Amino acid sequence: MTSAPLKGSDRVSVGPLADGTGTAKSVRPSRPRRSGRSAPYWFLVPTLVLFAAFTVIPVGYAVWLSLHKVQVKGIGLGKGAREQVWNGFGNYADVLQDSEFGHSVLRAFGYGLIVIPTMLGLALVFALMLDTPKARSAPFARLAIFLPYAVPGIIAALMWGFLYLPDVSPFYYLLRMFDLPQPDLFDGGNLYLSFANIAVWGGTGFNMIVIYTALRAIPPDIYEAARIDGASSLNIALKIKIPIVMPSLVLTFFFSVIATLQVFTEPMALKPLTNGLSTTWSPLMAIYDSAFLKSDVYGASATAVVLALATFVLSFTLLRISDRYTREDRA
Amino acid sequence: MSIHRRQISRRTMLAGAAALGLTGTSAACGGSDDDSGESGGPVKLTYWSWAPNMEKVAAIWNKKNPDITVTVSKQGSGAEILTKVITAKKAGNAPDLIQAEYQSLPTLVSNDVLADISKYVGDAKSDFAENLWDMVTLGTDAVYGVPQDSGPLMFYYREDLFKKHGLTVPKTWTEFAETARAARKALPDAYLTTFSSSDPGLFAGLTQQAGAKWWTVDSGGKWTVGIDDAASRKVAEFWGGLVQEGVLDNQPMYTPAWNNALNKGTHIAWVSAVWAPGVLVSSAPDTEGKWRMAPLPQWKAGENVTGSWGGSSTGVSTDSDHAEAAAKFAHWINTDPEALAALVKEVGIYPAATKGQSGDVLTTPAFFPNQKDFYTTAAEIAATTATAAWGPNVQTAYTAFNDGFGKAAKAKKEAQFTSALSTMQSKTFDDMKKQGFEVTEA
Repeated sequence: MTSAPLKGSDRVSVGPLADGTGTAKSVRPSRPRRSGRSAPYWFLVPTLVLFAAFTVIPVGYAVWLSLHKVQVKGIGLGKGAREQVWNGFGNYADVLQDSEFGHSVLRAFGYGLIVIPTMLGLALVFALMLDTPKARSAPFARLAIFLPYAVPGIIAALMWGFLYLPDVSPFYYLLRMFDLPQPDLFDGGNLYLSFANIAVWGGTGFNMIVIYTALRAIPPDIYEAARIDGASSLNIALKIKIPIVMPSLVLTFFFSVIATLQVFTEPMALKPLTNGLSTTWSPLMAIYDSAFLKSDVYGASATAVVLALATFVLSFTLLRISDRYTREDRA
Repeated sequence: MSIHRRQISRRTMLAGAAALGLTGTSAACGGSDDDSGESGGPVKLTYWSWAPNMEKVAAIWNKKNPDITVTVSKQGSGAEILTKVITAKKAGNAPDLIQAEYQSLPTLVSNDVLADISKYVGDAKSDFAENLWDMVTLGTDAVYGVPQDSGPLMFYYREDLFKKHGLTVPKTWTEFAETARAARKALPDAYLTTFSSSDPGLFAGLTQQAGAKWWTVDSGGKWTVGIDDAASRKVAEFWGGLVQEGVLDNQPMYTPAWNNALNKGTHIAWVSAVWAPGVLVSSAPDTEGKWRMAPLPQWKAGENVTGSWGGSSTGVSTDSDHAEAAAKFAHWINTDPEALAALVKEVGIYPAATKGQSGDVLTTPAFFPNQKDFYTTAAEIAATTATAAWGPNVQTAYTAFNDGFGKAAKAKKEAQFTSALSTMQSKTFDDMKKQGFEVTEA
């Protein structure tokens, strides 16, 4: 959103440099130049207003809420029984000491460790395969792989939930028919695999398209040169294609990390189906529980701020690492 | 309605993230119209309700009372409407009329959402059973709502399968346990029923029958949390014992697998409330005419007590500029014969008003053609409902129930059932204490 107006302001500042000679400058009347200087800000106004109304103010309000709490007096019924009071960092201390929230973060990471490598690995392999000249019926395959992404997450989760339930699942029907062991997909570690499966099914297509688009942007003469030098298709994929689409891989990786920390739909949809899933299984579920079930917006705000900060720190650290890695690569 | 409440609740819960965005906007448009009334036009009231077809009942009122117009605004149910109403109240924008579940009343009163309407509806007391009226007064002199529907607990069983396998309909919980064992022997693929960790409301009802009082207020203005009391522990041990023994199923209710079990006959009984026929019709469509309802098993032979699962009332908000008009409507919709008939017919509820529980409107449920006296029996059972005692943080207790009893049911260990109950107690108590309530433990 912000990148377009920035480019605009760049172009304006190029103006004075371009008309280098001093004489031309003095001839120009000053008024249009001044209005030219304010123009970029006018272009920025809609973005800034929307940004303030829908991001800065709500986030600021959440931070403000996170520093308060409700103090109940006596029996706590009727008028004046509740008072909003300053709580400093009390809510934050509670969040950091809350072992349930800590566990939910660990669970999200565990889930991410399964989802991210599998999903991005598959997306990369599919994109590379679709990009080989020998690929047959590529448009159909591309659409078929992408299609699950078009299914809303909640529907995907409910559908898979149905397939995981032994009593109603056609898979279990087949397992029973052939007397094969019937795993409990809602039990302990299997739960992670069950969620990861839904995420991989739904997310691979999107990441594949991102990587595939980057692959299509590579000029074909590079391949020609490589082939003349005797490179096989595999060599081209490993030594040319993957390094060139690295930025896209990094991008999809960031999206995936953030999505992992925000995992909500799958566990929320599957929760009613099983005894094995706690109300605070993932960090967002814990926030949902305090904000929308327990009506504690104060604690929920503090948890949300902690989660957002953690996501920022994680993203920037990873970005730093990947930056250093690519720079060394270049050297 | 409790039926719909539950199903909607499940579905809408999933859209939780979306709710975040919606809360603000709908709160803004649902508020009461301050500028009407005074100018001489009709008083305009907004009514937040989740029950389907409630607007049809309001239409009857609007036709009869041109000076007071009620507009129904459809809401999510359960915890959702609760959070939304509390948020709207903070913005000074709460609707005039609110459909409120009994267990939400203390939370709403604690947030100063519900007005005391005793001076307008105090004389309605005689229209309701004592246990229902006690829930809307919270044991005080105030009245915070008019009871609308109730959900007395009953025992539903597959009459055909019970006959075929010579199973007895249990009159006591001891007999219930025996029937569960006998059923397991007679039908190795089936269970009598299941213990569901996703339905704290049912468990609460069962403990009420046993005499539990989860939240009480003493005259000195202090709450007492008694979730882990002897009565509740007895109930937890009983169900936990049967699950551990392997004679009761442990899967949650309201899942596709559970529907399948009811429909296929691998669950042959269900402890549920008066609204069960409406659930069975969609969950177990192939079993029409095969079920029968009986009173809930008792802890002591010869006793006659039941608990309740679900039910709601109509309250008036403190933000309403027309409290009297709103209270008049709340009174009418829950006690007027025509309104009660419409509530039964259009909304599909079991009315709280005693006179609504008999009469021609409540015809035999279509799903129970074999039990012509369904509602006569239901009214007799409803009259024996024990009083429920709700507190200001029911949701905290319910979440603790889901998590603790979920683990216990999965592990099939009786000891975990009782430890889950004490976790529920301590979490509820700690939460109240942290919020600043004057509170002790039983």
